[in-house]
Amino acid sequence: MSSKIYDCIELIGNRIIENKEFLTELDREIGDADHGINMARGFTEVLNVLDKDSEDIGALLKKTGMTLLSKVGGASGPLYGTAYMQAGKVCAGKTELSAEDGKEIFEAVIAGIQKRGKAEKGEKTMLDAIIPAYESYSTAIENGVSAEEALGIMCVAAEDGVEFTKTIIATKGRASYLGERSIGHQDPGATSATITMEAIRDFVKG
Amino acid sequence: MVGIVIVSHSFKVAEGIYDLAMQMAAENEHIIPAGGMEDGSIGTDAFKIMQAIERADTGDGVAVLADLGSGIMSAEMAIEMLDGGDIEVRIADAPILEGAISAAVTSTSGASLDEVIEAAEEARTASKLN
Repeated sequence: MSSKIYDCIELIGNRIIENKEFLTELDREIGDADHGINMARGFTEVLNVLDKDSEDIGALLKKTGMTLLSKVGGASGPLYGTAYMQAGKVCAGKTELSAEDGKEIFEAVIAGIQKRGKAEKGEKTMLDAIIPAYESYSTAIENGVSAEEALGIMCVAAEDGVEFTKTIIATKGRASYLGERSIGHQDPGATSATITMEAIRDFVKG
Repeated sequence: MVGIVIVSHSFKVAEGIYDLAMQMAAENEHIIPAGGMEDGSIGTDAFKIMQAIERADTGDGVAVLADLGSGIMSAEMAIEMLDGGDIEVRIADAPILEGAISAAVTSTSGASLDEVIEAAEEARTASKLN
């Protein structure tokens, strides 16, 4: 029997690995065609090194972040590495999470990614999925919606965020060299962030 | 002597710039290349950069020259991960090759970290044709 947090990270990892070609294809259009390959390499290693039995959520998230940081290679290494390490800090010593913890994790993750990538919403990055997802999730929780339902609402906002990235010009990363030619393409980072959130939703739904 | 770390997505680029810099500043043993991933593939590795900074430091600080995109992000993470924070590290806002060579020559002359960074950053505006 593996722990619940391991199972959740395993689901996220498997979804990322399954979408390796899709993410790489998106990145071929506006980036350097390595996002799926890099993320899959990172999560393959994560699933190798994590202690399956550990219930320490903070420790597993931190280890996930450190592993992504050293194995992913592209910009998503430091960005996802920071995101998981920040989430790990919020969850230090915890063995279960509440809906309210989810909000705190979101806040730490967004602050970490913004600091690392020096990006804001509206620049065709992962933040265009994560920030609206956070806002919808928080509003739902504050209105007393169940965690399961709030995660569903979160994913709808994230998917809308990915659609939105098709309409805007990239100003960060390699896609920024393309200027207006980046319009019409969805952002690979926003897509992998949404795949991650959908995996969490599906895990909680069971 | 101020140490210099050369961060590139490519192992070969970092090694190549290192070779050039050593040609110009042969007495400087504190120039360390940190290119590519552990398995040799293209990318940057914050842990590798962190170790390079530790090796480059002699107590006078370390200047980091990095290439594009995640080169800077990984270098920033490496600096944050350094234990204790006793090493003074700065990232030069400069083109990696020209900046590394200016930094290497300046460092070898016994200059301070501020002077090395300044020399590297001057490379950004130096005209090659005039």
